[in-house]
Amino acid sequence: MNLPTGREAFEPRRPGSEDVAWCPGCGNFGIRNILISALAELGLRPSQVAIISGIGQAAKMPHYINANGYHTLHGRAIPIATGVKAVNPELTVIAEGGDGDMYAEGGNHLLHAIRRNPDITVLIHDNQIYGLTKGQASPTTMVGMKTPTQPWGVFEEPFNPVALAIAMNASFVARTFMGYFRESVEIIKKAIQHRGLAIVDILHPCVSFNKVNTYAWYREHTYWMDDHYPHDREAAFRRAIETDPLPLGIFYINERPTFEESVPAYRTDKRPLWKREPKLDLVEEFFESKRL
Amino acid sequence: MSEFRDEVSIVLGGAAGQGIQTVEGILTYALKRSGYHVYANKEYMSRVRGGINTTEIRVSSRRVRAFVRRIDILVPFKQGVLSWVADRIGKNTVVLGERENVEEGFIEKVNLVEVPLTKLALETGSQLYLNTTAAGLIVGLFHGDFGAVEEYIRKRFGSKGENVVRKNIEAAKKGYELGVKLHSDGTIKVEIKRDEKVKEEILLSGTEAVGIGALAGGMNFLSFYPMSPSTGVSTFAAQKAEEFGIIVEQVEDEISAINMALGAWFAGARGMVSTSGGGFALMSEALSLAGMAENPIVIHLAQRPGPATGLPTRTMQGDLNLVLYAGHGDFPRIILTPGSMEEAFYLTAEAFNLADRYQVPVIIMTDQYFVDTYYNLPKPDLGRVKFERHIVEAKPGYKRYELTEDGISPRAVPGYGEEVVVANGNEHDEWGDITEDAELTRRMQEKRAKLKLETIRRNAPLPRLIGSKDAKYLVVSWGSTLHAVEEALEKLNRNDVALLHFSWVYPLNPETKRFFEGKTVIAVESNITGQFADLLRKELGVEVHRRVLKYDGRPFSVEEVFDALKGVIE
Repeated sequence: MNLPTGREAFEPRRPGSEDVAWCPGCGNFGIRNILISALAELGLRPSQVAIISGIGQAAKMPHYINANGYHTLHGRAIPIATGVKAVNPELTVIAEGGDGDMYAEGGNHLLHAIRRNPDITVLIHDNQIYGLTKGQASPTTMVGMKTPTQPWGVFEEPFNPVALAIAMNASFVARTFMGYFRESVEIIKKAIQHRGLAIVDILHPCVSFNKVNTYAWYREHTYWMDDHYPHDREAAFRRAIETDPLPLGIFYINERPTFEESVPAYRTDKRPLWKREPKLDLVEEFFESKRL
Repeated sequence: MSEFRDEVSIVLGGAAGQGIQTVEGILTYALKRSGYHVYANKEYMSRVRGGINTTEIRVSSRRVRAFVRRIDILVPFKQGVLSWVADRIGKNTVVLGERENVEEGFIEKVNLVEVPLTKLALETGSQLYLNTTAAGLIVGLFHGDFGAVEEYIRKRFGSKGENVVRKNIEAAKKGYELGVKLHSDGTIKVEIKRDEKVKEEILLSGTEAVGIGALAGGMNFLSFYPMSPSTGVSTFAAQKAEEFGIIVEQVEDEISAINMALGAWFAGARGMVSTSGGGFALMSEALSLAGMAENPIVIHLAQRPGPATGLPTRTMQGDLNLVLYAGHGDFPRIILTPGSMEEAFYLTAEAFNLADRYQVPVIIMTDQYFVDTYYNLPKPDLGRVKFERHIVEAKPGYKRYELTEDGISPRAVPGYGEEVVVANGNEHDEWGDITEDAELTRRMQEKRAKLKLETIRRNAPLPRLIGSKDAKYLVVSWGSTLHAVEEALEKLNRNDVALLHFSWVYPLNPETKRFFEGKTVIAVESNITGQFADLLRKELGVEVHRRVLKYDGRPFSVEEVFDALKGVIE
């Protein structure tokens, strides 16, 4: 049996992949197409890619793309993806989820992943609202938006993931709007190719619950940073705190050692951990040392 | 004049930071190398400096592995030690030390043998040598092998330079000579038969037994958040990480720790987390994911008294119910409770095979008492450690959750084979995709919580019976209470009492029930309700007639178990 190649290889053929749970017109469809193109254009095969997702509509991605996948827990995609990459650096590992998943429930993991710098790509489907639980505010919901659970209007300062990541000296920080297909593919390709933690905040509309941040709104309230040098942290931060219009593009790139490069496990042995066996000779040596 | 034959229990007491561990290290090694059986355990306060910590060292002509309440020789390094252990000392207790470390009220109540430790240390050059002087003194009381003291000091202080080594040996020698003198003039005579075989045995702590067991079992990834008393295992692994080429990572919280280890297993490694009750509570969400996604995981849980922060540095077997029921929904798990160093080593190694084979959480439960205990034992046999790899290649059409008769689906890992692997914490079909189908939901629930659980149950090893199968009384132990009960029963010396020890507490093989038929059952546990006794009723329908429970944060002593069992039986 010959497996398909290129873009076609990432189209799922399993029976459970047919019934897609996203609403008609959902931005997640666009993100799926962008991601498939990015993976195919990088020449990757499905068996080389692992998509680890949290919980939410965005996190259903592993079922709609043919790649290794793990649909896990709300907020926990990042530590799981970190574990996957750490024990098999040969894999291309993507942690994927929505704004609630990555910025609320998983916020602490995001902070520490930035510090730890595993070579994974974190894709955040940021629609500034909770979809699967039906319309509550998310950490990135704009002030003043009324929701079923904030009927008086949201008053919390919106979470600024880009500014936060740059403040923490993250390795790669970008924002895109999924309505711009080609630009988004290029950003995600660069994020995947980047050695170290790459954070991509992907703006997208929620056609069912967010009546403010629509396709049209995002086009009107964003711009591409054509003249920005991403190795300048201060300039990146200045761009990051702009709110209207929101800058799009790669804000910041900071090459630094990755988690996998820093652990002793691969210093002399490059094989993924699953190929290795217990070192009983060293266990024996340990016991000998315990005679005295 | 005091004489100790066959066995002596020595307690060292002082403040945190006073360096009692150095004395303990020298003593246990030197005495073992001299041919004595040794056992050591410490109890300590949750603080970095000050307070009172004590270490008990039992030295004997026969194998000793349990805590005794009785103190034969007490060495106080500060005022307040005698008050702290007041209920463990009497007229026969020799207090060996300086008068200023003995509280007024105790001088008449004990047998004080004054020794000028500070003076001897200062003669060597500094108060700093007090510890080594004291250690030498005690070895001298045994006419122990001074060469072994030297050997240990070289090993321990070698990195600090030749001068430090020389000075410490000199200090130990001064103490040793005084000890020999006290022995010769009959002040304190310790006469214990030596056993040549002991010299070649190893000294191993509970922490080390779990740690090295994990490495023998192929553990190559450990993520953790520090929490007493579990941290020792993580520290051990970190110290060995470079040599063994493994990953040990301290992470932001226990939630991250277990999820990272789940990711490691998903990608084919052998991951472990080490934690205590509070940390384990945080892990229960991920435990449930492990159950649903059939993601193997090995968890070491070193118990301490709860609820909440409880007593961070003390001991209890109070988390069995937590481990049995943690995680939402029904899913199988395996709970192991080693009672000896051998069990801790072999079971921890085997835990990785079990997790790999059954794709379930395997929890190794110890407690503060166990991880902080050590004694001599013959070197474990590595021939008994088998490495089983259950990973299959993902060939086209691979189904991660294929329905099988025994509930176990062959597990592939990403990147091995051309096909992809999809795991899922949502209810899923055989390929791992989300399902809402009623029939499939029913079958998947049965796959995990019935078929697989039954497969594990059927293959679960039986508990260990120590004593006659015809005994009228059956005493039940699990985990760290093993040795105290064992020794209490030896002392009791009745052939109508037997011990049934469980180092695999869940799920129980149904065959286990036959051990209980017609017996009067007595459970010995370190918790207030008798959690294991309840489990025996639930799992096997076995009635436990008497519960001997201890829940003051301290370990069972041999004397306590002896008194309690004597009371129950007579």
